[in-house]
Amino acid sequence: MTTDAAAPAAATRVAPSLAVEELAYSYPDGHQALRGVTLRIERGERVALLGPNGAGKTTLVLHLNGILAPGHGTVSVGGLPVTRQNLQEIRRRVGIVFQDPDDQLFMPTVAEDVAFGPANFGVTGAELAARVDAALATVGMSEHRDRSPLHLSGGQRRRVALATVLACEPEILVLDEPSTNLDPVARRELAEVLLGLDATMLMVTHDLPYALQLCPRSVILDDGVVVTDGPTRELLADAELLRQHRLELPYGFRLD
Amino acid sequence: MAAGHAHPLYRSGDSPVHRLPPEVKIVAALVGVCCVVATPRTAFGVFAGYLALLAGIWVLAELPFGWILRRSVIELPFVALVVLLPFTGEGPRVDVLGLSLSEPGLHGAWNILAKGTLGVLTSLTLAGTTPLRDLLLGLQRLHAPQLVVTIATLMLRYVDVIAAEAQRMRIARISRGHDPRFLWQAGATARGIGALFVRSYERGERVHLAMLSRGWTGTLPQLSDRRTTARQWLTGLVPAAAALGLAVTGWVIA
Repeated sequence: MTTDAAAPAAATRVAPSLAVEELAYSYPDGHQALRGVTLRIERGERVALLGPNGAGKTTLVLHLNGILAPGHGTVSVGGLPVTRQNLQEIRRRVGIVFQDPDDQLFMPTVAEDVAFGPANFGVTGAELAARVDAALATVGMSEHRDRSPLHLSGGQRRRVALATVLACEPEILVLDEPSTNLDPVARRELAEVLLGLDATMLMVTHDLPYALQLCPRSVILDDGVVVTDGPTRELLADAELLRQHRLELPYGFRLD
Repeated sequence: MAAGHAHPLYRSGDSPVHRLPPEVKIVAALVGVCCVVATPRTAFGVFAGYLALLAGIWVLAELPFGWILRRSVIELPFVALVVLLPFTGEGPRVDVLGLSLSEPGLHGAWNILAKGTLGVLTSLTLAGTTPLRDLLLGLQRLHAPQLVVTIATLMLRYVDVIAAEAQRMRIARISRGHDPRFLWQAGATARGIGALFVRSYERGERVHLAMLSRGWTGTLPQLSDRRTTARQWLTGLVPAAAALGLAVTGWVIA
C-alpha cells in the first residue's frame, strides 16, 4: 500500500540526480568498505565527498555506475535504479572523471576519445560531431582536437577527460580527485570550467580549499558511513570534526 | 585528419600516395610483398623491377632515398644469419675472391636478402606515407578482427606512457646509485621490469574500468565515416598490378 501511495507523489516532483539508500559492500577478501551509506543529491547540486584514505570513497563511486554491485541497499540515478538491465543507461547518466587522465584517455586523438562515450551510447553522424565540438568548446580544448592525448599538459588532459564525460550528457558528474597533479594555474582553470557547468556534481577530494571553492555542500565519509553532511564552510570551520576524520586544511588556512 | 600522432617511421606530406585511403595502401603493400615472395629467386631482373617500382613510389611520395635507407637498417639483425649460409651450405662450391662458397647457400642467401629487403622497403613505404592512426583505421575497414584492432589501438596509445614510466623508474634507480653496467646489478633492472609489468597490468584494469564507465560494449565505434571510392582503389592498386605483372614475368622467364 505504501508504495502505491508514494508512486504518484514521486512522479510529480523531480527525481533526485542521485539517491543512495543504505548501501553496504564488502570486498571478496572480507574487508567491509561501506556500512550503510545514505546520500541524496538533488538536481543541480554540487557536493564534495570528503574523507580520509580508505574511507570507502572510491568504492562508493564505483557503485554509482554499477561497476560494483551492492551487497545491500540501492542506488538510483535520476529515478532509475542501478540494475543489470539498466546498466548502459546508468553509465550514460553517471559521468565519472577518473583520477588519472591517462587511464581515461586511450584513443589516438582527443576528438576520437571524446566521441568514444557518445558513440557507445548510440549517437552517430552529425549529432556525434556536434557533441564532440560542444564538449571540447566547453573545456576550451577545441584547437587541440586532432592531437594525441600524450602530447598535452596535465591540465589539458584533465580538461579533455572532463570533455569525454560531458559529451555523454550525464545526469550527474562524478569527479575523482580532480585537482591532483595540477599546477596552480591548471587547477584554477579547471575550477573555472567546472563552475561554468550547469551540472549536478559529486566531487571526491582531499583538497579542502577546492571543495570550498566549488561545492556549497559537503559530505564526510569515514569508515564506510556518512558521518556529516552540511554546508562546506561550516564543516571546514569545525577543526575538531576535521581532526576526528583525519582531514586538515593546508597550512595557513583558517575559516572562522 | 589524425595529424597528432607522429612516429619515427612516418614522414608527413601531402603527396598522392599520402592521400590514398589507408586500406588501399595496406592491400597494395600486401599484394606487393606476396608477389615478391612468389618470384623465383633466379629472376634477377624482376627483383630490379620491384626496386624500380618502389623507387617510383618514393619519388611520387616525396620520400628521400637516404631517409628510406637509414630506416631500412632495421633489417640488419635479421639478415646477419644470411651471411653464414654460403659458408655452411652443402652442394657444389664456387670460388669467389679466394673463398670457397656453397652454390645453393649463395642462392639461399640471395633469396632471403633480396626478398627480405624488398619486403622491408615496401613496409617502410607504407609506414612512411600512412600515420599509425590511419593504419588502424584501414585495418578496421578491412574488417580485421575487432580484438586485434582494439589491442593495436590501445598499444599505440599506451606504449609511450609505459616507456615514460620505465624511464622514470630508471632515473629513480640511477639516482640512488644504481649503475647497471655490471652484471650483478642486473637484478635491480629485472625487478624494475617486473614492477613495470605489474603497474601496466594495473593500469590496464583501470583503463578497462574507465572504458566500461563510458559504455564500452566490446567493439570500438567506427572511427571515421569517410568512404573510399572505386577510383581510389583503382589508383592505389596500380603498383600492385605492376608487381603482379613482374611476378608473372619472373615465372615465365625462370
